[in-house]
Amino acid sequence: MIQFSTWDIVSNLLLAARWTVVLSLVSFIGGGIVGLLVLFARIGKFAGLRRAAKVYIEVFQGTPLLMQLFLAFFGLGLFGINVPAWLAAGFALTLWTAAFLAEIWRGCVEAIAKGQWEASSSLGMGYMQQMRWVVLPQALKIAVPPTVGFSVQVVKGTALTSIIGFVELSKAGTMVTNATFQPFTVYGFVALIYFALCWPLSKSSQILERKLNVAHRNH
Amino acid sequence: MSLIEITEVRKSFGSNEVLKGINIDVNSGEVIAIIGKSGSGKSTLLRCINGLETINAGTIAVAGAQLLPDDLHLKALRLKVGMIFQGFNLFPHLTAGKNVMLSQMVVKKVKKDAAEAMARRQLDRVGLLHKFDAYPDELSGGQQQRVAIARALAMEPIALLCDEITSALDPELVQEVLAVVKELASEGMTLLMVTHEMRFARDVCSRVVFMHQGRVHEIGPPGEVFASPRTPELQQFLGMQAA
Repeated sequence: MIQFSTWDIVSNLLLAARWTVVLSLVSFIGGGIVGLLVLFARIGKFAGLRRAAKVYIEVFQGTPLLMQLFLAFFGLGLFGINVPAWLAAGFALTLWTAAFLAEIWRGCVEAIAKGQWEASSSLGMGYMQQMRWVVLPQALKIAVPPTVGFSVQVVKGTALTSIIGFVELSKAGTMVTNATFQPFTVYGFVALIYFALCWPLSKSSQILERKLNVAHRNH
Repeated sequence: MSLIEITEVRKSFGSNEVLKGINIDVNSGEVIAIIGKSGSGKSTLLRCINGLETINAGTIAVAGAQLLPDDLHLKALRLKVGMIFQGFNLFPHLTAGKNVMLSQMVVKKVKKDAAEAMARRQLDRVGLLHKFDAYPDELSGGQQQRVAIARALAMEPIALLCDEITSALDPELVQEVLAVVKELASEGMTLLMVTHEMRFARDVCSRVVFMHQGRVHEIGPPGEVFASPRTPELQQFLGMQAA
């Protein structure tokens, strides 16, 4: 029987962790862009768009991410489209992230006092001008800590993509376990790598939150 | 022709009618104090003139321009009428100077240099030129309100609406704001102010409007209104103020 050194295990896991990082980044950035569009639809002037955005958010928040991955992976297959695992994973995670970020950001925009809207209206600003110059700059500052905090959820969410066969950190863990028969060691390392990715994120979220709260300053 | 013409204005919130047919004509250069109990509709009236509330019936015209609820008409109206709020509503992420510059640049497309010059001029007018680079949270309430006045003035309105602008201030800060308003009045600015400062209304205003249950109950020069109130409601209101 072949012997595997600890380094064999760790190096293979680290190679696969690259895909966890890439998938996280793609989902987070893609989700951020789509989320911004959903946000504007959700708080905008058009009732139809508002409703559509609300339904979108509710569907993605109200179903398990795993189901969304299955639907993206198998659903498109029904129409004869062959979806590779990485595409289904990136697609589903992007939409999932967008739904949550849009909702987080909506809270931040709505946290801006009504007086800010009224004052800028009375100075003659239009909706887009108010958004661009008055509301979003303030909302952005409130949004930073929860947004960074949510990125942790995205990183952990990528683990589910192993089930549709995308080889990222978790899937690699399973594969390495099958070769080495050392599940505890392997999954221990897997957990440590996830922790190493997530801990700095949640820590920075906490620091940002404290910084913005204690100072009580908006600039 | 009057500068601001308010004709048969009605406004309801749900089934609650707060303005029941208001008629007021304001001439250029007049300083009008609107007094009355809370819930009498005085703040709502002011907010209607600026289009922050839409009216259900009647008309409001400022310098001949009708108040209509579409964006184009609203913007045209708001360039003529500035508004100052009880809660100051300065933009907290911008310095005092930038607060005064922003709408000039964004709405009127004024160049940065010109906007800054105007901001300095208006801040100087309210005695706060030295606070140009201060953020709102570094200013006292009275100073914030004066910056808000400068911000409204920088748009060169022909009239100013003041909605209880001293009500959120500590007593010792009220006078510095009123002094600025008094100065504006003496320069001929048309002012419509909802106020609880009866002494100020008496000294500075050309006419006083007493509102009661959504109607203009009494209107006249301060000398008349304060010295010989005709209706028991106003007598009672002034009695409460004196007590």
